[in-house]
Amino acid sequence: MSAMLLPLADFTAPKIEYNELMPLLVVFGAACVGVLVEAFLPRPMRHLVQLAITVVAVVVSGVLTGILMNDKKELIAAQGAISVDGPALFTWLILLALTLISVLLFAERSIDGGLSAFAGQAAAVPGSEAEREGTAARIEHTEIFPLTLFAVGGMMLFASSNDLLVLFVALEVFSLPLYLLCGLARRRRLISQEAAMKYFLLGAFSSAFLLFGIALLYGYAGTMSLGGISDALSTQTGGDTILLAGTGLVGVGLLFKVGAVPFHSWTPDVYQGAPTPVTGFMAACTKIAAFVGLMRVFYVALGGTRWDWAPMMWIVAILTMVVGSIVAITQTDVKRMLAYSSIAHAGFLLTAFVGLAQAGSGVHNGITSTQAVLFYLVSYGFPTIGAFAVVTLVRDAGGEATHLSRWAGLGKKSPLLAGIFAFFLLSFAGIPLTAGFTGKWAVFSAAWTGGAWPLVVVAVLSSLVAAFFYVRVIVLMFFSDLPADAPDVALPGWQTTSAVALGLAATVVLGLVPGPVLDLAARAGEFIR
Amino acid sequence: MNIGWLTLLLLLPFVGAIATMLVPKAKGLLAKQVALGFSLVTLVLTAIVAIGYHRNGAEDYAETYTWIKAFGAHYALGLDGVGVVLVVLTALLSPIVIIASWNDAQNGRWSEKSFFAWILGLEALSIGVFAATDVFLFYVLFEATLIPMYFLIGGFGGPQRSYAAVKFLLYSLLGGLLMLASVVGLYVVSAKHGAPSYLLSDMVKLDMSQNTERWLFLGFMFAFAVKAPMVPFHTWLPDAAGEATPGTSVLLVGILDKIGTFGMIRFCLGLFPNASQWATPVVMVLALISVLYGALLAIGQTDIKRLIAYTSISHFGFIVMGIFALTSQGLTGSTLYMFNHGLSTAALFLVAGYLISRRGSARIADYGGVEKVAPVLAGTFLFAGLSSLALPGLSPFISEFMVLAGTFSRHKVIAVIAVLGIVLAALYILLMYQRTMTGPVRDGIEKLKDLNPRELLAIAPLVILIIGLGIFPKPVVDIIKPAVESTMQRVGVTDKAPQIPVTEGQK
Repeated sequence: MSAMLLPLADFTAPKIEYNELMPLLVVFGAACVGVLVEAFLPRPMRHLVQLAITVVAVVVSGVLTGILMNDKKELIAAQGAISVDGPALFTWLILLALTLISVLLFAERSIDGGLSAFAGQAAAVPGSEAEREGTAARIEHTEIFPLTLFAVGGMMLFASSNDLLVLFVALEVFSLPLYLLCGLARRRRLISQEAAMKYFLLGAFSSAFLLFGIALLYGYAGTMSLGGISDALSTQTGGDTILLAGTGLVGVGLLFKVGAVPFHSWTPDVYQGAPTPVTGFMAACTKIAAFVGLMRVFYVALGGTRWDWAPMMWIVAILTMVVGSIVAITQTDVKRMLAYSSIAHAGFLLTAFVGLAQAGSGVHNGITSTQAVLFYLVSYGFPTIGAFAVVTLVRDAGGEATHLSRWAGLGKKSPLLAGIFAFFLLSFAGIPLTAGFTGKWAVFSAAWTGGAWPLVVVAVLSSLVAAFFYVRVIVLMFFSDLPADAPDVALPGWQTTSAVALGLAATVVLGLVPGPVLDLAARAGEFIR
Repeated sequence: MNIGWLTLLLLLPFVGAIATMLVPKAKGLLAKQVALGFSLVTLVLTAIVAIGYHRNGAEDYAETYTWIKAFGAHYALGLDGVGVVLVVLTALLSPIVIIASWNDAQNGRWSEKSFFAWILGLEALSIGVFAATDVFLFYVLFEATLIPMYFLIGGFGGPQRSYAAVKFLLYSLLGGLLMLASVVGLYVVSAKHGAPSYLLSDMVKLDMSQNTERWLFLGFMFAFAVKAPMVPFHTWLPDAAGEATPGTSVLLVGILDKIGTFGMIRFCLGLFPNASQWATPVVMVLALISVLYGALLAIGQTDIKRLIAYTSISHFGFIVMGIFALTSQGLTGSTLYMFNHGLSTAALFLVAGYLISRRGSARIADYGGVEKVAPVLAGTFLFAGLSSLALPGLSPFISEFMVLAGTFSRHKVIAVIAVLGIVLAALYILLMYQRTMTGPVRDGIEKLKDLNPRELLAIAPLVILIIGLGIFPKPVVDIIKPAVESTMQRVGVTDKAPQIPVTEGQK
């Protein structure tokens, strides 16, 4: 409070730790350069230049993050706005790695007759003459690359924000580009635009909830900083109503981004409508950023009231697992099925989140919640992007053949592709020797360590239900006969091939030798404040 | 000298599976020969290991490497008496199944060679399951065995195979996932005591609260009860065994289901001794129900393969009964039973498979008078049947007798009722024999060919072992005994002293 009473004359320039924030600055800087490229470079050169800028920015930022991790420098930077701690750095690293793979998918042009998955001219009315002309002239929106950079920069900021206001700004920075990207599909543009609209409207709602919650928390604590709220919790008496209301509303806003039930209804529609590479990007990266943000707010700022919000989170976790798994059974579209699968995964993650196994929380030498969640996010992200990359390859005349019945007999047509997809599904189902299994094991043990063993039992039973629909797809691919009008399997370019290969390699390695990544997640330690 | 024998045993079939898949499609015969070769070399190596174990004990074969430090998981293999017997059974049945199934995979959904590659894959994983001395490793391999078995059932077999395969998978996953919850719980208990470790040798030192132990026990026991199948979790087995090829059924009932009873000994009794004793009444009753219910349903079957599947449910009831009787005789008998049941059921399934492949039908009503047309086939069928109903002189008799005797010393009523199972066994086997083999020759049976040399070759080792161990079971019992004694010690039970004192002369 005293800081607010200082006279204006004492203004000093804020201290910015440029070294520690460089990974963020590189990404945002490159995004701005990308916008300038759009303005000044001739159209034919843009694709290559944008791709190069994006890849270089992501790689450089990743390397810088790696150096920071190696130095083990942890601090609250930018006047308490951003916390560059172990979990934040780990999250940056996986976000950047997954973004790299996604960008490769965005750049793929050999699947659909030399055109990318994105609309040539988003402004052209679907089915109009202008659209056909644009396609014939091979016009494409290379803005997707700077948009992606803004999105990933926002996600990185979101995961490391140490201040509710920064959190909100970061949320908007990564959401707005995503709304746009969702509406840019080249095929089935009306569904795509509908998805973008839904996502935008519901996203705006959730932002409003979040903002309202932030206001209430500010009203309670008199500060926006997470550490400040935590201090207020331990010193302040009274004002519980406003605190609880604020906690609830902030929770709604964050759980919306996580895709937890009952705030999940946007997920299937948006996942289905968005261009598939974007869906993969959103499914993996948004979930990562949102989850780390959720943990940071609830652990750092609201850790003191954990007994107030934990019961609610228990219910949300159970609902998310059960609804995600059961509703997935009735899905007939691959992308919608994967959407519900991602909801179920959010539920599994929530078990570790409410488990609250922290290194300092008593006699316990095992895995912590933060470590488990970070590891699960890695083990979930790579197969997810890989699976969506496979979805882009199964095509018929109308674009991707995403209806499940169209996948019948795929194992006969392309055993390799079907085998890889089956492997990703087995990983989602948590079959041992895949990344999904070690991830599940980690979150379950963190949950149990924190005493949430009923959640583990529910999770295990939901896993069984989930396994049923994953296996159903495998049965469909391998045990059904190939229909006469079966979709083709497009020959992927190097971009998609390497995306699938990376996803596959990560799934295998994390299943067989998860040790190094687990240790890295353990080294990330806890959130600092 | 420890040169990683067990790792070698585990890797060899795995390499064989890959080699089999790499053989070009046109050379189908070569693929089968490669598969057979690898399984035979594995058998030879297993024999060397078993003999070495018999001579020098277990120390030479233990391997321990840290695998995932954060989980406390190790790559740890080792042998005890129970494990050795089941590893030998696995290594023995695999080549036999390969020989017997030589032409069974031609009408499968996928290429013939994949059938044999999956068999080798299953062999590798099963050996790993029986040798694992780390709970995490055991769990991983336990679940991994589902994958080859799923594809073996679903890819090759009768018209309902997809349904049967999915049913098998979901039942097993249900058990496996509940066990996962218990495995996670074990980790939490272990982490409370210091650095977490899943090594069996560390796990047995944990002391748990009574409730924790009971809940964790239930998770494990449920998985094993589904696997072994005990009534009421058995309904997947008749479907799976009825739809799969005879070779697959042998692997399923002969090896894979043994993981359930093996797990009960090693994990339920070994890790949760008090909870095991606590659960004994319920388990014994369920086992008794399995014995009788399985036998009764077997009598009512009209399909030969389903009939054999139900006989196995009855036999598994006996095995579980012997385990939870908690007497050294019962435990030794059960372990021996696992081995003998593997032999006799393999013989029964394979001969039935020969019969079915000739007529193209598994319905008992379609047969009659086979012994007049194909005497050797009928003879081996009778032999396999007699061994399954535990005729004295054949090896299953000894184990069944030991199980009943061991049960009787502690649970008289249950043992007495269980003896009915033997009577029912005679009924279901002899009725089946009578209906299919004796009587007038039925239409479609007249031209039935007798066994060919390949089929005889597959059956011969089983026949020799069943007779040999029936007369002289000592080598196997000697291997089993020390493991049983240490398990008994762990559970903290001793055999009741005989009421009639042993006099000097009888000693």
